[in-house]
Amino acid sequence: MQGAAETLFFLSAPLSFCSARPSGALTLPHIQLSPPMESYSWEDLQNIFLMQGFAGISLFSVLLLMGLGLAVIFGQMGVINMAHGEFMALGAYTVYLCSTLTAEYAPSFGPYYFVVAIFIAFIVCALVGAAVEWLMIRRLYHRPLDTLLATWGLSLIMQQTFRSTFGAREVTPTLPEWLMGSYSPKEGLDIPINGMFVLGLAIAVSFALLLFMYKSSFGLRLRATVQNRKMSGAVGINTNSVDRLAFALGCGIAGIAGAAFTTIGSTGPDSGSRYIVDAFLVVVFGGAASLMGSLASAFGIAQAQSILEFFLEGTKGKVATLLVIVVALMIRPQGLFPSKVRAH
Amino acid sequence: MKQRTPSLHRRLLPVVGLLALSAITASAKPPTSEVNTTGLAVTDDTVTVGQLHSATGTMAISETGSIQAEQLAIDQINAAGGVLGRQIKVIKEDGASDWPTFAEKAKKLLVSDKVGTVFGCWTSASRKAVLPVFEKENGMLYYPTFYEGLEQSKNVIYTGQEATQQIIAGLDWIVKEKKAKTFYLIGSDYIWPRTSAKIARKHIENVIKGTVVGEEYYALGHTQFGSLINKIKLKKPDVIYAIVVGGSNVSFYKQLKAAGITSAKQTLLTISVTEDEVLGIGGENLVGFYSAMKYFQSLDNENNKTFVKAFKDKYGANSVIGDVTQAGYLGPWLWKAAVEKANSFDIDKIAAASPGLELTTAPEGYVKVHPNHHLWSKLRIGQWGTDGQAKVLYESELIEPDPFPKGYQ
Repeated sequence: MQGAAETLFFLSAPLSFCSARPSGALTLPHIQLSPPMESYSWEDLQNIFLMQGFAGISLFSVLLLMGLGLAVIFGQMGVINMAHGEFMALGAYTVYLCSTLTAEYAPSFGPYYFVVAIFIAFIVCALVGAAVEWLMIRRLYHRPLDTLLATWGLSLIMQQTFRSTFGAREVTPTLPEWLMGSYSPKEGLDIPINGMFVLGLAIAVSFALLLFMYKSSFGLRLRATVQNRKMSGAVGINTNSVDRLAFALGCGIAGIAGAAFTTIGSTGPDSGSRYIVDAFLVVVFGGAASLMGSLASAFGIAQAQSILEFFLEGTKGKVATLLVIVVALMIRPQGLFPSKVRAH
Repeated sequence: MKQRTPSLHRRLLPVVGLLALSAITASAKPPTSEVNTTGLAVTDDTVTVGQLHSATGTMAISETGSIQAEQLAIDQINAAGGVLGRQIKVIKEDGASDWPTFAEKAKKLLVSDKVGTVFGCWTSASRKAVLPVFEKENGMLYYPTFYEGLEQSKNVIYTGQEATQQIIAGLDWIVKEKKAKTFYLIGSDYIWPRTSAKIARKHIENVIKGTVVGEEYYALGHTQFGSLINKIKLKKPDVIYAIVVGGSNVSFYKQLKAAGITSAKQTLLTISVTEDEVLGIGGENLVGFYSAMKYFQSLDNENNKTFVKAFKDKYGANSVIGDVTQAGYLGPWLWKAAVEKANSFDIDKIAAASPGLELTTAPEGYVKVHPNHHLWSKLRIGQWGTDGQAKVLYESELIEPDPFPKGYQ
């Protein structure tokens, strides 16, 4: 605990410097730093600093979950899946369906259904993903621009299907009580429980995915296929089934992401189109072919955005974040962690 | 005394005659050539009207309620004999949440279909897109949404509140009840929240003599409010004044709750949450917060009970009715009243007949059309409960619509 307190003091030191500054030093009447650091208690600032740190980490976990599935599909397989957001929405709707069914048939299961629903969302999205790969994607592997168009069409079809099935209004599943509210170790310090849950989930999924990619035989076959498709085929790897599994895996992770987002926001037929931009942003900024890149870029974007939003205001914070990314990509067009593999 | 009896008879006679006559005219309708001199789609038996909302796209969430309420009103009017003895036929067009599409469809309804009137639009952007079409082709639009004001047209009847009707009385109430001095204004980033926040700020600073400690806007669809919530915690405003719309609402209130900002510790007043939004947000995330609206589903009057029952019979027991849905329901009834007062479907005559029209059957109680084509309406403060319904705590007098408020621009 001693150590933690010291770290806290260290982290808060720059703020204390601000508050110690004589208020007469800056005498520009119309310019006000937002939020001004003067006139707040030491206690308040400590709490805000901690919570602000968590806000950044929480955004990081959201972006990471969004990006991971796409990192497999776009990063590893090179397929531009414009329907990725809709797979997230599918995951969210699956949770909503589970919630409704639980309330209807097994109300006593209410507090626990959410965990099971996440698995179901993964399976449903993975199965739909596999079907889409079989019906559509596999015919288009050598035509990337046509894939883009076809998956965009798919996204429209999925949106309209959601609209026809679940209605145009946004829906929210009933969340178990333990996911709501906040953990507050002391007065004025509240850490949202749903934020911690999403963070835990993001860590678990990333860890599982890394393990899967680098320790399992399927991961080995996938990486081999990505590096050299013809050679992999020649040594006896069924590249078709690798493709299908990888696509299904990416869609399944999108489903988990969608399920996790139901703790944060609502789900509508066009929710997917809101997610997709951020998902591509994470993957492209990170360097398309690298999982570690996605991790780093999600972290960078999240911290930049949450800090800028704190010191500027909402929309301006977002604009500033995007400007930073644009400049960074101009300097490093290949992203943060460019692929070492030679382009085929 | 004896002499007065026959005179009473004689005095009553014309009254009886008049009653009989009016009974005859009600069944015998005026000829089409008389009530339609400008070539609208009116026949001896029918009158065609248009409905122009987004049935698809991002705004479908909000506009569905208006579509349903307008249809319900039209069905009820038809069941009661129609307008000037003519059944209403509806042509539904989908604006698809796309503003140029709205303009295109408006032109189609007015020029090709020659509809008698149009019930439609929801966002200000769609209304601004169709306005020149309605003015050029001389059509009539009944617009149901509460909006930012700063507009007035001969060709539009605004059945929702303009901004001052929704904002000023609400702020006055919260100041009186909560002794509020400091306000944090939060909105989605487009014209309605920004104009509304501007009016709110003027009122807070000039009339209430309070302080605005923060004013921020977030893009439509924004879902991460962590940084904002921390700023709120730091500044500790007496009141959070929220004008967040659409899907962002859900994230905003869920995250407020998760950060420990609940009605037990914090007063929050919003002008953008109706029963429709609560359906998505979940009552448990809003408990104890206040909305300023002219209508709540829970309003306790006979008109409203009848309306709510009819709505639920038609659209299911789980359907809810928000402020705009009710305003949408007023449109067809106000149009019918205007047509019957003018005894004509001609647009110019309807426009001239509308000011002063009263509707005593309105679910919100009573409305009257102002010469500026907006409605007189009351403001109510509702406090949300876990069941997604609001308890009405306050009701103002009828407020005069003032779309161009002096001192607030």
